Amino acid sequence: MSEDTLGKKSRGKSGTGWPRWLRLPPVLGMVLALFALWYVAVVPMNVKEVLTAAERAGVAVSPPSAVERRDMGNWALVMRNTHALGDSWSSDRPKLPAPHQVLVELYDSTIDEELNGRRGIVKSGTLSNRSLVYHAIVTLNATFLGFVIGTVLGCALAVGIVHSRVMDMSVMPWAIVSQTIPIVALAPMIIVVLYSIGVQGLIPKAVISAYLSFFPVVVGMVKGLRSPDAMQMDLMRTYSAPTTAVLWKLRLPASVPYLFASLKIAIAASLVGAIVGELPVQKGGLGARMLAGSYYGQTAQIWAALLVAAGLAAVLVWATGWMERRTLRKMGAKP
Amino acid sequence: MTLVMFAVLLWAVGFGVNVMLANGPARDTGAVRLAVPLIFGATMLGMWELIVRGTQVPTVILPPPSLIAASFVGNLSTLWGDFTQTILKGALSGYIIGCGAAFLTALLVDRSDYLRRGLLPLGNFMAALPIVGTAPILVMWFGFGWQSKAAVVVLMVYFPMLVNTVAGLSETSAMQRDLMRTYAATWGQSLWTLRLPAALPFIFNGLKISSTLALIGAIVAEFFGSPTQGLGFRISTSIGQLDLGMVWSAILVSALSGTAFYGLVALAERRMTFWHASYRGGR
Repeated sequence: MSEDTLGKKSRGKSGTGWPRWLRLPPVLGMVLALFALWYVAVVPMNVKEVLTAAERAGVAVSPPSAVERRDMGNWALVMRNTHALGDSWSSDRPKLPAPHQVLVELYDSTIDEELNGRRGIVKSGTLSNRSLVYHAIVTLNATFLGFVIGTVLGCALAVGIVHSRVMDMSVMPWAIVSQTIPIVALAPMIIVVLYSIGVQGLIPKAVISAYLSFFPVVVGMVKGLRSPDAMQMDLMRTYSAPTTAVLWKLRLPASVPYLFASLKIAIAASLVGAIVGELPVQKGGLGARMLAGSYYGQTAQIWAALLVAAGLAAVLVWATGWMERRTLRKMGAKP
Repeated sequence: MTLVMFAVLLWAVGFGVNVMLANGPARDTGAVRLAVPLIFGATMLGMWELIVRGTQVPTVILPPPSLIAASFVGNLSTLWGDFTQTILKGALSGYIIGCGAAFLTALLVDRSDYLRRGLLPLGNFMAALPIVGTAPILVMWFGFGWQSKAAVVVLMVYFPMLVNTVAGLSETSAMQRDLMRTYAATWGQSLWTLRLPAALPFIFNGLKISSTLALIGAIVAEFFGSPTQGLGFRISTSIGQLDLGMVWSAILVSALSGTAFYGLVALAERRMTFWHASYRGGR
């Protein structure tokens, strides 16, 4: 992400003047179309398993041997066996679970597990380690810790870069180059290395989250701290304001909109970092849940974890946006 | 201990030279702009080497750069195999398919206002989601080969690219579009001569973001299953063998290819959008 990325991202084209109630139907239409597509896709994706099950139940299936069916295309099988596809949306171990199966799994592994499960919060007093609520909180802890570390370090480095020419010239190019490196590839190594020197639990995941959320903040803050124009800087000079006063009273307030634009990117990146950081160590968290699901062929479990992760990301980005609007309004930037 | 002292000395010298260069008379020349970060990087590498050797950090935790370099040179053919598997087959094919599909969707979205108002908020939403999470599902569907990695990459690059292209296509002003209408230009003509060129900075922005995402997707997808080749596979298995030199070599390969990939896109951008304000008249 180069220096101009944030600027371009922040001025999106969302507010085109449509009233709020008119903006909703097209989005709903798209979501419904997506679900319809999903339900249709479930049939060819699961057709082989469904036909095998139907054959065992005594239904006549068009190519009778499983070997022949294996080499055929999925759509051809669907066309020749339209009578035996009733179980497509309710098979036990589907390749692609239907949306309602995912929702059932989601309900089972959150509300049902906590209220009725033996390990649930009602019966045992602590969150069940089988429930997605527990795993989501594990992931959220790492996300927040990493986000805070990354943001604080990023702001500190940005202040340094703005005030020191040497730092600007020597660190900034590397900061931009480091953006082009697939940092997530480092994740398992960071975790193993930190583990071998005795650090485990929350910190290794938070380190990855911090690393991912660090650079958007640096780039955005450098831009923001430099955003006061020459006239404003000159005014501060006529007051003979010291550098710290310029920083506190002019540069930092001016950088707030830029900071929030980067924070929205940083919190999403931080969540991705936490999830990827959970892959190598199976100690809870949404990433661990996904990997476990993929080991044991529990597709519905993967989808449910994915859904929770998506929900978390949406809530986090929305909450950052809400704070942004509130703060900017308090600062008098918007009417 | 002497080595650590040397490290401090090296840092002082490097920093001193940089201060001199950055505040000296030639500070705005291209050579100095290039030299300062290079000196900084070299100083960091030197300090890494000296401190690791001086305090005798076990190589299992942090190998010195010299060991990484030796491991890199010694395993060139293995690493080249990993490079072709992950970058050329997985990331690049997925990148081309994903960005191409997103571009075509953007053209479609551009023709229909209903699609734009429906897809754009969804695209913005999806672009913020942890799409890497679909990797286990896609590996299950498409097998352990490069196809599943390409599929993950397609999903990852699709939405950022779509959002950027759509934003770029609406970048022209009403005046410019009216001018095209007075020429009786068709949709295709006005797209080709006015709106695509105007959208190029946004399209390249999407391409640049996607280039990094593509490598991340291809490497992370390999953690969920891969043939016995590939950078993600190499990283995870070499950690199991505590062969940290190999791990760092694989990371070096991914870093170099990531930088090169991004650099190529940025170079193409510079060549094709030379008229844009950010490239005209120097910095």
